[in-house]
Amino acid sequence: MAMPFFAPGDNPGASFLDLLRRTGVEPFAAGEVGRVNVPHATTCVALRFGSGVVMAGDRRATSGKLISHRLMEGVVEADRFSGVAIAGAAGPAMEMIKLFQLQLEHYEKVEGMMLSLEGKANQLSMLVRGNLPAAMQGMVVVPIFAGFDTAAGTGRLWDYDPTGGRYEEKEYVATGSGSLHAGTVVKVGWRSDLDEDGAVRLAVKALWEAADADSATGGPDALRGIYPVTATITSNGWARVDDARLASIVEELLAEQRARNGGGQR
Amino acid sequence: MSMPFYVAPEQIMKDRADYARKGIARGRALVAIQYDAGIAIIAENPSNTLRKVSEIYDRIAFAGVGKYNEFDQLRVAGVRAADLKGYQYSRADVDARSLANQYAQILGQTFTHEMKPLEVEILVAEIGVDAAHDQLFHILYDGTVLDEKRFSVLGGDAEAIAGRLTPDLSSTPDLALAIKVANRALSGPERNLVADDLEVAVLRRNGARRAFVRLDDAEVERLLAN
Repeated sequence: MAMPFFAPGDNPGASFLDLLRRTGVEPFAAGEVGRVNVPHATTCVALRFGSGVVMAGDRRATSGKLISHRLMEGVVEADRFSGVAIAGAAGPAMEMIKLFQLQLEHYEKVEGMMLSLEGKANQLSMLVRGNLPAAMQGMVVVPIFAGFDTAAGTGRLWDYDPTGGRYEEKEYVATGSGSLHAGTVVKVGWRSDLDEDGAVRLAVKALWEAADADSATGGPDALRGIYPVTATITSNGWARVDDARLASIVEELLAEQRARNGGGQR
Repeated sequence: MSMPFYVAPEQIMKDRADYARKGIARGRALVAIQYDAGIAIIAENPSNTLRKVSEIYDRIAFAGVGKYNEFDQLRVAGVRAADLKGYQYSRADVDARSLANQYAQILGQTFTHEMKPLEVEILVAEIGVDAAHDQLFHILYDGTVLDEKRFSVLGGDAEAIAGRLTPDLSSTPDLALAIKVANRALSGPERNLVADDLEVAVLRRNGARRAFVRLDDAEVERLLAN
């Protein structure tokens, strides 16, 4: 592979996608295939709290009625101060996450500074829009994007539609097959004075309720030790919530549930 | 019709080399030193925004001396080549040796075929799993690649600086000592550089994916003081 050099008028600048196209790699080549049954990743939520945002996503991917993966990571670190969560066709979604991470890092290295959070959200819009031909064939990818805005000193959230439309939300966003249930739980439980712990609990609870009502969303799996991917993003950057803490939150949810049922048999 | 004068190829090459060397000597030098937890790159650079040392990839750094626009163009090409390779193959497949070879090709090509050689010297540094696998590739204006050990000096006054550096580096230093030693060598007997005159970045062997870390003036001052 030769080192890429460009004439001044043809220079792709800090855009990794443009660089790919100039070097003959088309990241979103949609073939003329009919509708194919590919794995789908399912439910993700993100919500704001006092000092940042929490993101969480379940671990299940489904192909039609079957579970195809139990260890999907639908919520990933985009860079130090932002994360992206993707629901939809798993193949294009993973490719989109990879491209997005690369684009942010590429920009940072070429320009010598990070993109603004708004700039990152806009970049993701373009990736989703680039996937539109594939989306028309059923490979819909709908991400949510959340991060800590270092300039404004606050957490921010964005919701997308399959055409790349980008909508900033103030409280929470949810995407995927269980988003209706997860979103409702967050909506009911959200308060402006949530702290980190409360926000993590609310996110886990939302996914729990989504898994309870939506067969394509995986609940916490204590048997295998699989818990939703949960992360916080604050002024200290991205931090995964460890499984031990998630396990204890799930334990409490279980106890709450038992109490709600009166502990009785039916 | 006028006939061009015959100039011997030896003379052409010598003139070009002199031209490049003069251009490089006008700029300020930099040194890279292997320390106990990675590689430190210390450049004399009065600017706080126009960088000489920067990140190419997870474990690879780039440094250049000479004409800023020329080595910056090479830096960006390196970032592009590395990111493309990492995207098409795997992050583990991006290595300094391959980048150094590509840089050497470009510099060599420009030196022999273009009107004007590039007035730069560049360094491609990579940290390995341990100190034995660290790599320092020093590439000259004509495409010569030097695979250097323990430390590398780039710039006009390289020989004198290396001469001042060698006696101080009998064993692998820690970061603070590496910066102090580099500062002494870059300053020479008549000057005394302070943190604000230096640009320092390290490739840190601490398990993080991106090993490149820039040290700010306060940090450099602290390390120089203790």
